[in-house]
Amino acid sequence: MRFLDEKLVELGAVVKTPQEAIRRAGFLLVQEGIIKEEYVLAMVDSYEKQGPYIVLAPGIAMPHARPEMGVNSPGVSLVQLATPVEFGHSSNDPVYLVVALAGSTSEEHVGILQRLSLVLGNQDKVDGLKSAVSYKEIQKIVEGLV
Amino acid sequence: MKILAVCGLGQGTSLILRMSIETVLSEKGVVADVDHMDVSLAAGTDADYIVTSNELAQNLRNHRAKVIVVNNYFDKKEVETALQEVFEKL
Repeated sequence: MRFLDEKLVELGAVVKTPQEAIRRAGFLLVQEGIIKEEYVLAMVDSYEKQGPYIVLAPGIAMPHARPEMGVNSPGVSLVQLATPVEFGHSSNDPVYLVVALAGSTSEEHVGILQRLSLVLGNQDKVDGLKSAVSYKEIQKIVEGLV
Repeated sequence: MKILAVCGLGQGTSLILRMSIETVLSEKGVVADVDHMDVSLAAGTDADYIVTSNELAQNLRNHRAKVIVVNNYFDKKEVETALQEVFEKL
């Protein structure tokens, strides 16, 4: 499982649309061989079909698709946006953080979601992710040091 | 009592929501059957309560279950407040 390590985090990304934001987060996973390109298309497609419910919490979008759409191994990437983007959610817009989830059908999937909940369920940590200017700051938050 | 956590795909989002619900229920000592699934499967699944986002709630308005809307899936406080009605009935 790859969870928000340095290669899977991009800070200050400049994007204009939700689709572009999802593709950026997906691209990090593609580069590391975690997913195939089809999975990125599936995440964008899912956002377009199912709507903005992937904005799970204020300011946080979590695009994902079904594991069989092209996940090689489980992983999570993060793109911090330079300027927030409207995804069309009634109460959680605008989005500052895009967390792409490549799940699997295994037990590992639950472990990933639990780790994510620990970080994203804590407002101080979320604020830290939004304002971080270096990977070191992100790493401390992810590893539970702050 | 049966509670469904519902999202668009039934994979990531609803599982996170289910974990938040289960944590809140166990803290309250409430025993319930909690399951997670996608919105189309949920439409045809019997339940007493459905917890989902405002975006998906309108797809489930014909369901027998009472639909409870949660905005922040990670926020246990919000899930707890949203489920308050369930606790009061017990």
